[in-house]
Amino acid sequence: MSNGHQEIDDRLDLAPGDEHVEGVGSRVLGYLTGLGLAILLTATSFFVAGTDLVWQPSIPVALVVLAIAQMGVHLVFFLHITTGPDNANNVLALAFGVLIVLLVIGGSLWIMANLNHNMMPMDQIMQMQR
Amino acid sequence: MTDTTMALAGSDPHQLGGMAAIAHSGPASKRIVTGYGFWIFILSDMVMFSAFFATYAVLLGQTAGGPSGRELFDLRNVAIETGFLLASSFTCGLASIAADIRSAKWFQIAMAVTCVLGLGFLIIEGREFASLVARGAGPTRSAFLSAFFTLVGCHGLHVSAGILWLLTMMAQVFTKGFRADIMRRVLCFALFWHALDIIWIAVFTVVYLLGSAA
Repeated sequence: MSNGHQEIDDRLDLAPGDEHVEGVGSRVLGYLTGLGLAILLTATSFFVAGTDLVWQPSIPVALVVLAIAQMGVHLVFFLHITTGPDNANNVLALAFGVLIVLLVIGGSLWIMANLNHNMMPMDQIMQMQR
Repeated sequence: MTDTTMALAGSDPHQLGGMAAIAHSGPASKRIVTGYGFWIFILSDMVMFSAFFATYAVLLGQTAGGPSGRELFDLRNVAIETGFLLASSFTCGLASIAADIRSAKWFQIAMAVTCVLGLGFLIIEGREFASLVARGAGPTRSAFLSAFFTLVGCHGLHVSAGILWLLTMMAQVFTKGFRADIMRRVLCFALFWHALDIIWIAVFTVVYLLGSAA
């Protein structure tokens, strides 16, 4: 079924990176679609970062959303992660990875912002030690 | 019974064949096991990068009176780097297709283009690092710059390792052909290279675009 890799009965699973699509033309078209979408999203990111046309406080959020969208495009069109049952293992591993990444980044930012907020400024601490 | 199987097959785009396939399936093929294991490695690599990203985000303002991202980063360079890496991800995909149809010629061409684009990326990054150090903004200048060099340098090291792996795959396909074990390595290399591009999306957004806004 996929790319001619059928050593044993592989109907239940698909290796990450392999895809269902047959035929060189349609596979190249898939990569071209991904490339086009990625270029569009990247160009939007760089445009938004340098422009005065957009309400300034919205720019960081817009950049993060564009980045996540582009990661999704790469996962779907380049790594061929799908929602199909043969991809369940790959998606579950990815979901666990995303969970840990969110915990590490979100947790660090939250804790450090809280510490910054509650800690006395450094020059005052220095004065107390004198 | 046959009717149900037929009906199932009609609404069964992945040809699972109902429960029959589950009952009779043996262990997964080596390609799936290897690919999945490497997928786990890539995800753990991303967890490692997330720690560097968290460090960078926390230390973004800690410039110790030194230059900030807004003064240091040249977004035009970053855009070119992004283009190189994105194009190399595309040609890496073409190399996977060429390997699947067993076309040695197109595989080598696509891999060579991927290699050139990857080297172009590394050269631009190396020049950026050298110019930062020359301007007195090396990794020892401030906590912000330490975090910057750790994160972006770690990605650069991954790209360097990827290029060494790429050249190894070109040589192995050239000498050994598209054997099953070589094809598994090509699969893992493609996963690695695409994953590097995904991490680069986070790098150019968080480090450069958000970093020069702050």
